[in-house]
Amino acid sequence: MSSNLVVMRKIVQQLRFEASINRVKVSQAAAELQQFCIQNALHDPLLTGVSSSTNPFRPQKVCSFL
Amino acid sequence: MAAEKAEMDKLKKECDALRTQIEAARKAVNDGSMSASAGGVAGLGRIQLKLRKNLKGHLAKIYAMHWSADSRQMVSASQDGKLLIWDTFTGNKLVAVPLKSAWVMSVAFAPSGNLVASGGLDNICTVYNIKAASPKTLRELDAHTGYLSCCRFLSDTEILTASGDTTCCLWDLETGKQKTVFTNHIGDCMSLALSPDMNTFISGACDSLAKLWDLREGACKQTFSGHTSDINAIAFFQNGHAIITGSDDCSCKMYDLRSDQEVITYQDPSLNAGVTSVALSNSGRLIFAGYDDFNCHIWDSLKGEKIGVLSGHDNRVSCTGVPNDGMGVCTGSWDSFLKLWN
Repeated sequence: MSSNLVVMRKIVQQLRFEASINRVKVSQAAAELQQFCIQNALHDPLLTGVSSSTNPFRPQKVCSFL
Repeated sequence: MAAEKAEMDKLKKECDALRTQIEAARKAVNDGSMSASAGGVAGLGRIQLKLRKNLKGHLAKIYAMHWSADSRQMVSASQDGKLLIWDTFTGNKLVAVPLKSAWVMSVAFAPSGNLVASGGLDNICTVYNIKAASPKTLRELDAHTGYLSCCRFLSDTEILTASGDTTCCLWDLETGKQKTVFTNHIGDCMSLALSPDMNTFISGACDSLAKLWDLREGACKQTFSGHTSDINAIAFFQNGHAIITGSDDCSCKMYDLRSDQEVITYQDPSLNAGVTSVALSNSGRLIFAGYDDFNCHIWDSLKGEKIGVLSGHDNRVSCTGVPNDGMGVCTGSWDSFLKLWN
């Protein structure tokens, strides 16, 4: 049996599998993605901003009494 | 011979019919665009992040970086032949791992923080114990017949690799052997990402396709097309239902896994540079995409608009990453520097 035939059989088998899945409507998928982003917006420091006092990457300035 | 030809013709016909069927099924659920339905979502305005740290230490192009799960340590790989492990809070270098082969293309931190892995043109994924007194080679995973483009730990005992030999592979670190080989791409695999639930992973390749794989079954479950050139970068949306890809065709795309199709393209006529890397902010709303134009551009993932830019590198941005706590974004460049922004 030629290798081309083996390859072709595998391609068809893969396509059969991929064709069989259930697909959700894009409008529903989009709505859920939006909801996820909005619900998590307050927990996203890159959206809410990071205050200087809690910013781990900003060098901490030390206050001292003179 | 005649019987073979007959079967071949039959299979080709079935192949075409199945592709048509898949396209029709995708069209049937395509009842609205992502950006249109995001019309009701408030815009973000311009996102301006500040440069907080410029990490100097590498002596040549940086090809890859990966955050530790602790959101504090980070590992970077450069073709100066070293991996550097950084404390990003202080900017200090904690560990330097000398590489046998300087041609490194990928680096990964294990979730435990005990191990790092790297690989590149040597075709080998080398795993190092960085908790030892000096970094010790734990394993050399040698079975790929092409370069190692990406690696990601599942745990201290399992690692996934993507290779220029067009396969991805799951390895058992206790035995050093391949557990599963994932074959289906017809071009070099360039990037991979693990799903949040660790049951699946996605790969992007030079065949311009992204594929979703079942980790335990070893099978390709879904294939996503649309890009017109190599996919260099890929990431999961935090809820595990969508993926973001970055390509040499100068665009990024979001594919929804459950609708089985592309739902939005992030592209701008003024951007004529390939995308090298992608990372998402913690809510998924911001996409940080590194480009060959020396910048990391920021996209609103829902609206498809470019809303910011991280400028400062003097050469291609080769890697981008957001730590688990989402407190910042790191960019690494061929200019040999890593920058931290928030």
